Amino acid sequence: MGQVSLKDVSKSFALRIENKTQIVHALKSVSFDVAESEIVVLIGPSGCGKTTALRILMGLETASRGKVTIDGREIKGCGYDRGLVFQHAELLPWLSAVKNVMFGLEMKGMRGPELKETAMRYLDLVGLKDAADRRPYQLSGGMKQRVGIARALAIDPEVLLMDEPFGALDAQTRENLQAELLDIQKRTGKSIVFVTHDLDEAVLLADRIVVMRSGYVQEIIDVPLRKLGLDMATARATPTFGQIRLKVWEALHNQPTSSHAH
Amino acid sequence: MSNEKKPVIVDDMAIKLKREVPNWVITLSSVVLVLLLWEYFGRNVNPIFGSHPVAIGIAFWKMVKSGLLLKALAQSLQAFIVGYGLSVIVGIPLGLLIGRSRVLEASIGVFVTAAYAMPLVALVPLLVLWFGLGFTVKAAVVFLMAVFPIVINTWLGVRGVPKTLIEVGKSLVAPPHVVMMRIVLPATLPYIMAGTKLAVGRAVVAMVIAEFFTAISGLGSIIINAANSFDTAAMFVPVIVIMILATGLNSFVGWIERRVAPWHTEMSGRSES
Ligand SMILES: Nc1ncnc2c1ncn2[C@@H]1O[C@H](COP(=O)(O)OP(=O)(O)OP(=O)(O)O)[C@@H](O)[C@H]1O
Ligand SMILES: [Mg+2]
Repeated sequence: MGQVSLKDVSKSFALRIENKTQIVHALKSVSFDVAESEIVVLIGPSGCGKTTALRILMGLETASRGKVTIDGREIKGCGYDRGLVFQHAELLPWLSAVKNVMFGLEMKGMRGPELKETAMRYLDLVGLKDAADRRPYQLSGGMKQRVGIARALAIDPEVLLMDEPFGALDAQTRENLQAELLDIQKRTGKSIVFVTHDLDEAVLLADRIVVMRSGYVQEIIDVPLRKLGLDMATARATPTFGQIRLKVWEALHNQPTSSHAH
Repeated sequence: MSNEKKPVIVDDMAIKLKREVPNWVITLSSVVLVLLLWEYFGRNVNPIFGSHPVAIGIAFWKMVKSGLLLKALAQSLQAFIVGYGLSVIVGIPLGLLIGRSRVLEASIGVFVTAAYAMPLVALVPLLVLWFGLGFTVKAAVVFLMAVFPIVINTWLGVRGVPKTLIEVGKSLVAPPHVVMMRIVLPATLPYIMAGTKLAVGRAVVAMVIAEFFTAISGLGSIIINAANSFDTAAMFVPVIVIMILATGLNSFVGWIERRVAPWHTEMSGRSES
Protein backbone atom coordinates (compact mmCIF):
# COMPACT_ATOMS: atom_id res chain seq x y z
CA MET A 1 0.00 0.00 0.00
CA GLY A 2 1.15 3.49 -0.83
CA GLN A 3 3.79 2.66 -3.40
CA VAL A 4 4.29 5.56 -5.75
CA SER A 5 6.17 5.51 -9.00
CA LEU A 6 6.93 8.11 -11.64
CA LYS A 7 8.46 6.90 -14.89
CA ASP A 8 9.79 9.34 -17.46
CA VAL A 9 7.18 11.89 -16.49
CA SER A 10 7.21 15.13 -18.46
CA LYS A 11 4.90 18.08 -18.11
CA SER A 12 4.67 21.09 -20.36
CA PHE A 13 2.49 24.13 -19.94
CA ALA A 14 1.40 26.39 -22.75
CA LEU A 15 1.68 29.97 -21.59
CA ARG A 16 0.05 32.78 -23.51
CA ILE A 17 1.85 36.05 -22.99
CA GLU A 18 0.76 38.97 -25.18
CA ASN A 19 -0.52 36.81 -28.04
CA LYS A 20 2.64 34.73 -28.07
CA THR A 21 2.41 31.14 -26.97
CA GLN A 22 5.32 29.98 -24.93
CA ILE A 23 5.92 26.40 -23.87
CA VAL A 24 7.23 25.85 -20.34
CA HIS A 25 8.76 22.47 -19.64
CA ALA A 26 8.09 22.11 -15.94
CA LEU A 27 9.13 18.44 -15.74
CA LYS A 28 11.54 16.71 -18.11
CA SER A 29 11.51 12.94 -17.94
CA VAL A 30 11.35 12.68 -14.18
CA SER A 31 11.56 9.23 -12.60
CA PHE A 32 11.59 8.24 -8.94
CA ASP A 33 9.88 5.72 -6.72
CA VAL A 34 8.45 5.93 -3.25
CA ALA A 35 8.33 2.59 -1.52
CA GLU A 36 5.71 1.70 1.05
CA SER A 37 6.20 3.64 4.31
CA GLU A 38 9.00 5.65 2.81
CA ILE A 39 9.59 9.38 3.08
CA VAL A 40 10.92 10.92 -0.11
CA VAL A 41 11.96 14.56 -0.02
CA LEU A 42 11.99 16.70 -3.15
CA ILE A 43 14.46 19.55 -2.96
CA GLY A 44 15.62 22.02 -5.57
CA PRO A 45 15.62 25.68 -6.51
CA SER A 46 12.43 27.65 -6.95
CA GLY A 47 10.63 26.84 -10.18
CA CYS A 48 12.29 23.48 -10.71
CA GLY A 49 8.98 21.61 -10.82
CA LYS A 50 8.45 20.29 -7.28
CA THR A 51 4.88 21.55 -6.94
CA THR A 52 4.10 20.33 -10.44
CA ALA A 53 5.29 16.82 -9.52
CA LEU A 54 3.09 16.81 -6.40
CA ARG A 55 0.06 18.08 -8.31
CA ILE A 56 0.49 15.30 -10.86
CA LEU A 57 0.70 12.76 -8.03
CA MET A 58 -2.45 14.24 -6.48
CA GLY A 59 -4.27 14.01 -9.79
CA LEU A 60 -4.88 17.76 -10.13
CA GLU A 61 -2.67 17.85 -13.20
CA THR A 62 -2.05 15.19 -15.84
CA ALA A 63 1.41 14.32 -17.08
CA SER A 64 2.11 15.23 -20.71
CA ARG A 65 4.16 12.08 -21.06
CA GLY A 66 5.23 9.17 -18.88
CA LYS A 67 3.58 6.94 -16.34
CA VAL A 68 2.45 7.72 -12.81
CA THR A 69 1.20 4.86 -10.66
CA ILE A 70 0.12 4.17 -7.11
CA ASP A 71 0.29 0.53 -6.06
CA GLY A 72 0.56 -0.30 -9.75
CA ARG A 73 -2.63 1.54 -10.72
CA GLU A 74 -2.30 4.47 -13.06
CA ILE A 75 -3.47 7.70 -11.47
CA LYS A 76 -6.76 9.01 -12.81
CA GLY A 77 -7.88 12.06 -10.89
CA CYS A 78 -7.94 12.59 -7.14
CA GLY A 79 -8.58 9.99 -4.48
CA TYR A 80 -8.71 9.54 -0.71
CA ASP A 81 -5.61 7.34 -0.93
CA ARG A 82 -3.68 10.60 -1.35
CA GLY A 83 -3.80 13.80 0.65
CA LEU A 84 -2.23 17.08 -0.42
CA VAL A 85 -0.96 19.85 1.82
CA PHE A 86 -1.00 22.86 -0.48
CA GLN A 87 2.00 25.17 -0.63
CA HIS A 88 -0.20 28.12 0.39
CA ALA A 89 -2.59 26.23 2.71
CA GLU A 90 -5.67 27.10 0.62
CA LEU A 91 -8.22 27.17 3.41
CA LEU A 92 -11.84 27.99 2.67
CA PRO A 93 -12.08 31.58 3.96
CA TRP A 94 -15.69 31.33 5.14
CA LEU A 95 -15.04 28.35 7.41
CA SER A 96 -13.41 28.37 10.83
CA ALA A 97 -10.21 26.36 11.33
CA VAL A 98 -12.03 23.36 12.76
CA LYS A 99 -14.69 23.48 10.05
CA ASN A 100 -11.97 23.51 7.40
CA VAL A 101 -10.65 20.26 8.83
CA MET A 102 -14.18 18.90 9.15
CA PHE A 103 -14.84 19.74 5.50
CA GLY A 104 -12.29 17.17 4.35
CA LEU A 105 -13.62 14.54 6.72
CA GLU A 106 -17.16 15.20 5.59
CA MET A 107 -16.18 14.82 1.95
CA LYS A 108 -14.73 11.46 2.87
CA GLY A 109 -18.13 10.49 4.28
CA MET A 110 -17.72 10.95 8.03
CA ARG A 111 -20.85 12.11 9.86
CA GLY A 112 -22.09 12.87 13.35
CA PRO A 113 -20.24 13.87 16.52
CA GLU A 114 -17.20 11.89 15.41
CA LEU A 115 -16.64 14.59 12.81
CA LYS A 116 -15.85 17.41 15.20
CA GLU A 117 -13.97 15.17 17.62
CA THR A 118 -11.64 13.93 14.89
CA ALA A 119 -11.10 17.43 13.54
CA MET A 120 -10.30 18.76 17.02
CA ARG A 121 -7.85 15.91 17.61
CA TYR A 122 -5.87 16.82 14.51
CA LEU A 123 -5.99 20.54 15.29
CA ASP A 124 -4.62 19.71 18.72
CA LEU A 125 -1.87 17.70 17.05
CA VAL A 126 -0.68 20.77 15.16
CA GLY A 127 -1.07 22.92 18.27
CA LEU A 128 -4.14 24.88 17.22
CA LYS A 129 -6.83 23.69 19.60
CA ASP A 130 -7.31 27.20 20.99
CA ALA A 131 -7.70 28.76 17.56
CA ALA A 132 -10.27 26.22 16.37
CA ASP A 133 -13.07 28.76 15.95
CA ARG A 134 -11.08 31.43 14.17
CA ARG A 135 -11.59 32.08 10.51
CA PRO A 136 -8.56 31.94 8.18
CA TYR A 137 -8.20 35.74 8.00
CA GLN A 138 -7.80 35.73 11.77
CA LEU A 139 -4.90 33.25 11.59
CA SER A 140 -1.21 33.90 10.93
CA GLY A 141 0.49 32.39 7.89
CA GLY A 142 2.04 29.58 9.92
CA MET A 143 -1.26 28.84 11.66
CA LYS A 144 -3.03 28.60 8.30
CA GLN A 145 -0.36 26.23 7.08
CA ARG A 146 -0.89 24.04 10.15
CA VAL A 147 -4.66 23.91 9.57
CA GLY A 148 -3.86 22.75 6.03
CA ILE A 149 -1.65 20.01 7.48
CA ALA A 150 -4.39 18.96 9.91
CA ARG A 151 -6.92 18.81 7.06
CA ALA A 152 -4.70 16.49 5.03
CA LEU A 153 -3.70 14.34 8.00
CA ALA A 154 -7.29 13.97 9.19
CA ILE A 155 -8.49 12.14 6.09
CA ASP A 156 -5.76 9.60 6.84
CA PRO A 157 -4.44 9.01 3.32
CA GLU A 158 -1.97 6.27 2.46
CA VAL A 159 0.22 8.74 0.64
CA LEU A 160 0.79 12.20 2.09
CA LEU A 161 1.88 14.84 -0.41
CA MET A 162 3.28 17.85 1.43
CA ASP A 163 4.32 21.02 -0.39
CA GLU A 164 6.66 23.03 1.85
CA PRO A 165 4.34 22.41 4.80
CA PHE A 166 6.68 23.88 7.41
CA GLY A 167 7.93 26.75 5.29
CA ALA A 168 6.11 29.48 7.20
CA LEU A 169 6.90 28.26 10.70
CA ASP A 170 9.32 29.37 13.39
CA ALA A 171 12.19 27.00 14.21
CA GLN A 172 10.60 25.73 17.43
CA THR A 173 7.19 24.89 15.94
CA ARG A 174 8.88 23.49 12.87
CA GLU A 175 10.93 21.04 14.95
CA ASN A 176 7.90 19.97 16.95
CA LEU A 177 5.95 19.28 13.81
CA GLN A 178 8.86 17.46 12.18
CA ALA A 179 9.01 15.13 15.18
CA GLU A 180 5.23 14.79 15.12
CA LEU A 181 5.27 13.90 11.43
CA LEU A 182 7.95 11.25 11.93
CA ASP A 183 5.91 9.87 14.80
CA ILE A 184 2.72 9.71 12.75
CA GLN A 185 4.64 8.09 9.93
CA LYS A 186 6.02 5.45 12.26
CA ARG A 187 2.59 4.70 13.74
CA THR A 188 0.63 4.62 10.50
CA GLY A 189 3.21 3.53 7.94
CA LYS A 190 2.20 6.23 5.48
CA SER A 191 4.30 7.01 2.46
CA ILE A 192 5.19 10.68 2.28
CA VAL A 193 6.40 12.90 -0.53
CA PHE A 194 7.71 16.04 1.10
CA VAL A 195 8.84 19.23 -0.63
CA THR A 196 11.22 21.57 1.17
CA HIS A 197 13.90 24.18 0.60
CA ASP A 198 15.52 23.41 3.93
CA LEU A 199 18.60 21.16 3.75
CA ASP A 200 18.51 20.11 7.41
CA GLU A 201 14.84 19.26 7.20
CA ALA A 202 15.45 17.19 4.09
CA VAL A 203 18.22 15.15 5.69
CA LEU A 204 16.36 14.65 8.97
CA LEU A 205 13.08 13.49 7.46
CA ALA A 206 14.03 11.65 4.30
CA ASP A 207 14.71 8.05 3.47
CA ARG A 208 15.60 9.33 0.04
CA ILE A 209 16.24 12.81 -1.28
CA VAL A 210 15.43 13.64 -4.87
CA VAL A 211 17.46 16.67 -5.90
CA MET A 212 15.80 18.48 -8.77
CA ARG A 213 17.02 21.16 -11.11
CA SER A 214 14.99 23.02 -13.72
CA GLY A 215 12.61 20.15 -14.42
CA TYR A 216 14.81 17.10 -14.22
CA VAL A 217 16.17 14.88 -11.46
CA GLN A 218 19.76 15.82 -10.74
CA GLU A 219 20.50 13.11 -8.22
CA ILE A 220 18.78 10.71 -5.85
CA ILE A 221 20.49 10.32 -2.49
CA ASP A 222 19.75 7.57 0.03
CA VAL A 223 19.60 8.67 3.65
CA PRO A 224 20.18 5.92 6.21
CA LEU A 225 19.74 8.26 9.17
CA ARG A 226 16.09 7.70 9.99
CA LYS A 227 16.47 3.94 10.12
CA LEU A 228 18.82 4.34 13.08
CA GLY A 229 15.81 5.40 15.16
CA LEU A 230 17.57 8.33 16.85
CA ASP A 231 15.74 11.38 18.13
CA MET A 232 16.29 14.44 15.99
CA ALA A 233 18.80 16.23 18.20
CA THR A 234 21.03 13.15 18.33
CA ALA A 235 20.59 12.51 14.62
CA ARG A 236 21.81 16.02 13.87
CA ALA A 237 25.02 15.36 15.80
CA THR A 238 25.97 12.21 13.88
CA PRO A 239 28.71 12.33 11.25
CA THR A 240 26.26 10.74 8.79
CA PHE A 241 24.07 13.83 9.03
CA GLY A 242 26.95 16.08 8.05
CA GLN A 243 28.06 13.80 5.23
CA ILE A 244 24.60 13.54 3.67
CA ARG A 245 23.99 17.22 4.10
CA LEU A 246 27.20 18.00 2.23
CA LYS A 247 26.28 15.55 -0.51
CA VAL A 248 22.89 17.20 -1.03
CA TRP A 249 24.49 20.64 -0.91
CA GLU A 250 26.92 19.62 -3.62
CA ALA A 251 24.18 18.15 -5.75
CA LEU A 252 22.28 21.42 -5.43
CA HIS A 253 25.25 23.57 -6.29
CA ASN A 254 27.04 21.50 -8.92
CA GLN A 255 26.59 22.48 -12.48
CA PRO A 256 24.93 19.72 -14.49
CA THR A 257 27.68 17.18 -15.21
CA SER A 258 27.97 14.02 -17.22
CA SER A 259 26.51 12.15 -14.24
CA HIS A 260 23.05 12.37 -15.76
CA ALA A 261 22.43 11.27 -19.29
CA HIS A 262 19.98 13.67 -20.94
CA MET B 1 -4.62 41.26 13.21
CA SER B 2 -2.51 39.62 15.89
CA ASN B 3 -3.94 38.45 19.12
CA GLU B 4 -2.09 40.68 21.54
CA LYS B 5 -2.90 43.86 19.66
CA LYS B 6 -6.64 43.55 20.01
CA PRO B 7 -7.08 45.34 23.34
CA VAL B 8 -5.11 48.28 21.97
CA ILE B 9 -7.54 48.57 19.07
CA VAL B 10 -10.50 48.48 21.44
CA ASP B 11 -8.95 51.28 23.50
CA ASP B 12 -8.46 53.33 20.36
CA MET B 13 -12.10 53.02 19.54
CA ALA B 14 -13.21 53.99 23.03
CA ILE B 15 -11.13 57.15 22.84
CA LYS B 16 -12.46 57.91 19.41
CA LEU B 17 -16.06 57.50 20.55
CA LYS B 18 -15.55 59.91 23.43
CA ARG B 19 -14.05 62.63 21.29
CA GLU B 20 -16.12 62.52 18.16
CA VAL B 21 -19.74 63.40 17.49
CA PRO B 22 -21.57 60.19 16.54
CA ASN B 23 -22.35 59.75 12.86
CA TRP B 24 -26.11 59.65 13.34
CA VAL B 25 -26.10 63.05 15.02
CA ILE B 26 -24.29 64.53 12.03
CA THR B 27 -26.67 62.82 9.59
CA LEU B 28 -29.75 63.94 11.53
CA SER B 29 -28.58 67.56 11.80
CA SER B 30 -27.86 67.62 8.10
CA VAL B 31 -31.33 66.28 7.28
CA VAL B 32 -33.01 68.81 9.57
CA LEU B 33 -30.98 71.66 8.05
CA VAL B 34 -31.95 70.67 4.51
CA LEU B 35 -35.64 70.41 5.51
CA LEU B 36 -35.52 73.86 7.13
CA LEU B 37 -33.91 75.41 4.05
CA TRP B 38 -36.43 73.67 1.82
CA GLU B 39 -39.29 74.95 3.98
CA TYR B 40 -37.90 78.52 3.94
CA PHE B 41 -37.40 78.75 0.19
CA GLY B 42 -40.23 76.39 -0.79
CA ARG B 43 -42.93 78.56 0.74
CA ASN B 44 -42.26 81.34 -1.76
CA VAL B 45 -42.67 79.06 -4.77
CA ASN B 46 -45.90 78.66 -6.71
CA PRO B 47 -47.44 75.39 -5.33
CA ILE B 48 -47.69 74.01 -8.88
CA PHE B 49 -43.94 74.27 -9.52
CA GLY B 50 -42.78 73.10 -6.14
CA SER B 51 -43.72 72.34 -2.61
CA HIS B 52 -42.40 72.48 0.93
CA PRO B 53 -42.20 70.03 3.83
CA VAL B 54 -45.22 71.32 5.78
CA ALA B 55 -47.52 71.12 2.72
CA ILE B 56 -46.20 67.66 1.97
CA GLY B 57 -46.78 66.67 5.59
CA ILE B 58 -50.39 67.79 5.38
CA ALA B 59 -50.90 65.95 2.10
CA PHE B 60 -49.27 62.91 3.68
CA TRP B 61 -51.64 62.98 6.63
CA LYS B 62 -54.65 63.32 4.36
CA MET B 63 -53.56 60.35 2.30
CA VAL B 64 -52.94 58.21 5.38
CA LYS B 65 -56.35 59.11 6.82
CA SER B 66 -58.18 58.24 3.61
CA GLY B 67 -56.34 54.93 3.48
CA LEU B 68 -55.12 55.72 -0.02
CA LEU B 69 -51.45 55.69 0.84
CA LEU B 70 -51.44 52.39 2.69
CA LYS B 71 -53.45 50.70 -0.02
CA ALA B 72 -51.13 51.97 -2.73
CA LEU B 73 -48.09 50.98 -0.70
CA ALA B 74 -49.44 47.47 -0.28
CA GLN B 75 -50.17 47.19 -4.01
CA SER B 76 -46.70 48.37 -4.91
CA LEU B 77 -44.98 46.17 -2.37
CA GLN B 78 -46.83 43.07 -3.55
CA ALA B 79 -45.62 43.53 -7.10
CA PHE B 80 -42.17 44.41 -5.84
CA ILE B 81 -41.84 41.37 -3.59
CA VAL B 82 -43.06 38.90 -6.21
CA GLY B 83 -40.96 40.36 -9.04
CA TYR B 84 -37.84 40.83 -6.93
CA GLY B 85 -38.21 37.48 -5.20
CA LEU B 86 -38.48 35.71 -8.54
CA SER B 87 -35.43 37.53 -9.86
CA VAL B 88 -33.39 36.30 -6.87
CA ILE B 89 -34.70 32.75 -7.19
CA VAL B 90 -34.01 32.63 -10.93
CA GLY B 91 -30.98 34.92 -11.13
CA ILE B 92 -28.63 33.29 -8.62
CA PRO B 93 -28.82 29.69 -9.93
CA LEU B 94 -28.66 30.93 -13.52
CA GLY B 95 -25.58 33.01 -12.77
CA LEU B 96 -23.92 30.08 -10.99
CA LEU B 97 -24.57 27.78 -13.93
CA ILE B 98 -23.39 30.25 -16.57
CA GLY B 99 -20.22 30.93 -14.57
CA ARG B 100 -19.36 27.26 -14.22
CA SER B 101 -20.16 26.05 -17.72
CA ARG B 102 -18.21 27.15 -20.76
CA VAL B 103 -21.04 26.05 -23.07
CA LEU B 104 -23.75 27.93 -21.16
CA GLU B 105 -21.52 30.99 -20.90
CA ALA B 106 -20.93 31.04 -24.64
CA SER B 107 -24.57 30.35 -25.53
CA ILE B 108 -26.59 32.28 -22.91
CA GLY B 109 -24.08 34.84 -21.65
CA VAL B 110 -24.42 37.07 -24.68
CA PHE B 111 -28.20 37.35 -24.19
CA VAL B 112 -27.85 38.17 -20.53
CA THR B 113 -25.35 40.94 -21.25
CA ALA B 114 -27.54 42.33 -24.01
CA ALA B 115 -30.69 42.14 -21.89
CA TYR B 116 -28.93 44.01 -19.07
CA ALA B 117 -28.19 46.88 -21.40
CA MET B 118 -31.68 46.83 -22.95
CA PRO B 119 -33.80 49.97 -22.39
CA LEU B 120 -36.58 48.15 -20.61
CA VAL B 121 -38.77 51.27 -20.34
CA ALA B 122 -39.29 51.10 -24.09
CA LEU B 123 -40.71 47.62 -23.73
CA VAL B 124 -43.22 48.38 -21.00
CA PRO B 125 -46.08 49.25 -23.44
CA LEU B 126 -45.52 45.88 -25.11
CA LEU B 127 -45.53 44.11 -21.75
CA VAL B 128 -48.80 45.88 -20.94
CA LEU B 129 -50.26 44.40 -24.13
CA TRP B 130 -49.15 40.96 -23.02
CA PHE B 131 -49.98 41.06 -19.32
CA GLY B 132 -52.73 43.70 -19.07
CA LEU B 133 -52.73 46.62 -16.64
CA GLY B 134 -52.81 44.74 -13.37
CA PHE B 135 -50.45 43.16 -10.92
CA THR B 136 -48.79 40.78 -13.41
CA VAL B 137 -47.28 43.43 -15.61
CA LYS B 138 -45.79 45.24 -12.61
CA ALA B 139 -44.23 42.06 -11.25
CA ALA B 140 -42.92 41.25 -14.74
CA VAL B 141 -41.27 44.65 -15.17
CA VAL B 142 -39.72 44.46 -11.71
CA PHE B 143 -38.47 40.96 -12.46
CA LEU B 144 -36.94 41.96 -15.80
CA MET B 145 -35.17 44.97 -14.30
CA ALA B 146 -33.82 43.08 -11.29
CA VAL B 147 -32.87 39.69 -12.65
CA PHE B 148 -30.02 40.66 -14.99
CA PRO B 149 -27.77 42.48 -12.53
CA ILE B 150 -28.17 39.48 -10.23
CA VAL B 151 -27.27 37.01 -12.98
CA ILE B 152 -24.32 39.07 -14.17
CA ASN B 153 -22.88 39.67 -10.72
CA THR B 154 -23.23 36.02 -9.75
CA TRP B 155 -21.68 34.96 -13.02
CA LEU B 156 -18.71 37.33 -12.66
CA GLY B 157 -18.34 36.23 -9.05
CA VAL B 158 -18.10 32.59 -10.08
CA ARG B 159 -15.51 33.51 -12.69
CA GLY B 160 -13.47 35.14 -9.93
CA VAL B 161 -13.43 32.15 -7.60
CA PRO B 162 -9.75 31.18 -7.23
CA LYS B 163 -8.95 27.96 -9.07
CA THR B 164 -7.08 26.73 -6.01
CA LEU B 165 -10.25 26.73 -3.87
CA ILE B 166 -11.97 24.51 -6.39
CA GLU B 167 -8.88 22.30 -6.36
CA VAL B 168 -9.29 21.91 -2.61
CA GLY B 169 -12.68 20.35 -3.34
CA LYS B 170 -11.29 18.27 -6.18
CA SER B 171 -8.42 16.97 -4.09
CA LEU B 172 -11.00 15.86 -1.51
CA VAL B 173 -12.93 14.10 -4.28
CA ALA B 174 -16.00 16.31 -3.91
CA PRO B 175 -18.55 15.71 -6.70
CA PRO B 176 -19.43 18.72 -8.93
CA HIS B 177 -22.67 19.60 -7.14
CA VAL B 178 -20.86 19.63 -3.79
CA VAL B 179 -18.12 21.83 -5.23
CA MET B 180 -20.89 24.13 -6.48
CA MET B 181 -22.84 24.32 -3.22
CA ARG B 182 -20.01 24.19 -0.69
CA ILE B 183 -17.22 26.06 -2.47
CA VAL B 184 -18.40 28.08 -5.47
CA LEU B 185 -21.58 29.41 -3.84
CA PRO B 186 -20.01 30.65 -0.59
CA ALA B 187 -17.00 32.06 -2.46
CA THR B 188 -19.41 33.95 -4.74
CA LEU B 189 -21.74 35.22 -1.99
CA PRO B 190 -20.19 38.69 -1.72
CA TYR B 191 -20.76 39.22 -5.45
CA ILE B 192 -24.26 37.81 -5.23
CA MET B 193 -25.06 40.22 -2.43
CA ALA B 194 -23.65 43.13 -4.45
CA GLY B 195 -25.92 42.06 -7.32
CA THR B 196 -29.03 41.77 -5.18
CA LYS B 197 -28.28 45.19 -3.68
CA LEU B 198 -27.92 46.75 -7.11
CA ALA B 199 -31.13 45.02 -8.12
CA VAL B 200 -33.09 46.63 -5.25
CA GLY B 201 -32.58 50.09 -6.72
CA ARG B 202 -33.46 48.96 -10.21
CA ALA B 203 -36.51 47.06 -8.99
CA VAL B 204 -37.87 50.12 -7.19
CA VAL B 205 -37.45 52.21 -10.32
CA ALA B 206 -39.08 49.45 -12.36
CA MET B 207 -42.04 49.35 -9.99
CA VAL B 208 -42.67 53.08 -10.32
CA ILE B 209 -42.25 53.05 -14.10
CA ALA B 210 -44.71 50.20 -14.48
CA GLU B 211 -47.21 52.08 -12.37
CA PHE B 212 -46.73 55.21 -14.44
CA PHE B 213 -47.76 53.29 -17.52
CA THR B 214 -50.66 51.46 -15.96
CA ALA B 215 -51.67 54.41 -13.71
CA ILE B 216 -54.25 52.30 -11.93
CA SER B 217 -52.73 51.21 -8.67
CA GLY B 218 -49.76 51.65 -6.42
CA LEU B 219 -47.55 54.55 -5.39
CA GLY B 220 -46.58 55.31 -8.98
CA SER B 221 -50.19 55.91 -9.94
CA ILE B 222 -50.57 58.42 -7.09
CA ILE B 223 -47.56 60.28 -8.45
CA ILE B 224 -48.87 60.35 -12.00
CA ASN B 225 -52.44 61.25 -10.98
CA ALA B 226 -51.29 64.00 -8.61
CA ALA B 227 -48.98 65.37 -11.27
CA ASN B 228 -51.80 65.37 -13.82
CA SER B 229 -53.98 67.42 -11.46
CA PHE B 230 -51.04 69.77 -10.57
CA ASP B 231 -51.17 68.73 -6.91
CA THR B 232 -47.41 68.93 -6.39
CA ALA B 233 -47.47 68.43 -2.63
CA ALA B 234 -49.44 65.20 -3.01
CA MET B 235 -47.03 64.10 -5.71
CA PHE B 236 -44.11 64.39 -3.32
CA VAL B 237 -45.71 62.09 -0.75
CA PRO B 238 -45.22 58.79 -2.63
CA VAL B 239 -41.86 60.00 -3.95
CA ILE B 240 -40.62 60.38 -0.40
CA VAL B 241 -42.23 57.11 0.70
CA ILE B 242 -40.42 55.35 -2.16
CA MET B 243 -37.12 56.96 -1.20
CA ILE B 244 -37.48 55.79 2.37
CA LEU B 245 -38.60 52.36 1.17
CA ALA B 246 -35.59 51.96 -1.13
CA THR B 247 -33.18 53.08 1.58
CA GLY B 248 -34.75 50.65 4.03
CA LEU B 249 -34.61 47.76 1.55
CA ASN B 250 -30.98 48.55 0.83
CA SER B 251 -29.96 48.43 4.45
CA PHE B 252 -32.01 45.25 4.85
CA VAL B 253 -30.03 43.58 2.07
CA GLY B 254 -26.83 44.95 3.61
CA TRP B 255 -27.85 43.44 6.93
CA ILE B 256 -28.42 40.07 5.26
CA GLU B 257 -25.00 40.41 3.61
CA ARG B 258 -23.28 40.88 6.95
CA ARG B 259 -25.11 37.82 8.26
CA VAL B 260 -24.33 35.44 5.39
CA ALA B 261 -20.87 36.68 4.40
CA PRO B 262 -19.29 38.17 7.52
CA TRP B 263 -15.80 37.03 6.53
CA HIS B 264 -16.00 39.26 3.50
CA THR B 265 -16.97 42.46 5.31
CA GLU B 266 -14.19 41.85 7.80
CA MET B 267 -11.60 40.98 5.21
CA SER B 268 -12.35 44.06 3.17
CA GLY B 269 -11.39 46.17 6.17
CA ARG B 270 -14.68 48.04 6.30
CA SER B 271 -16.14 46.41 9.38
CA GLU B 272 -15.53 49.44 11.58
CA SER B 273 -16.43 52.27 9.25
N1 LIG C 1 -0.35 26.28 -14.40
C1 LIG C 1 0.83 26.62 -14.94
N2 LIG C 1 0.88 27.24 -16.11
C2 LIG C 1 2.07 27.58 -16.66
N3 LIG C 1 3.25 27.35 -16.11
C3 LIG C 1 3.27 26.73 -14.92
C4 LIG C 1 2.08 26.33 -14.27
N4 LIG C 1 2.40 25.74 -13.11
C5 LIG C 1 3.75 25.77 -13.04
N5 LIG C 1 4.29 26.36 -14.13
C6 LIG C 1 5.73 26.55 -14.42
O1 LIG C 1 6.37 25.33 -14.19
C7 LIG C 1 7.63 25.53 -13.54
C8 LIG C 1 7.67 24.72 -12.25
O2 LIG C 1 6.77 25.26 -11.32
P1 LIG C 1 6.55 24.65 -9.88
O3 LIG C 1 5.44 25.37 -9.26
O4 LIG C 1 6.41 23.18 -10.01
O5 LIG C 1 7.92 25.00 -9.18
P2 LIG C 1 8.40 24.68 -7.69
O6 LIG C 1 9.58 23.80 -7.80
O7 LIG C 1 7.28 24.20 -6.87
O8 LIG C 1 8.89 26.11 -7.21
P3 LIG C 1 8.79 26.77 -5.73
O9 LIG C 1 9.89 26.19 -4.93
O10 LIG C 1 9.02 28.22 -6.01
O11 LIG C 1 7.44 26.47 -5.19
C9 LIG C 1 7.76 27.02 -13.37
O12 LIG C 1 8.57 27.52 -14.39
C10 LIG C 1 6.36 27.56 -13.51
O13 LIG C 1 6.38 28.83 -14.09
MG1 LIG D 1 6.22 24.96 -5.28
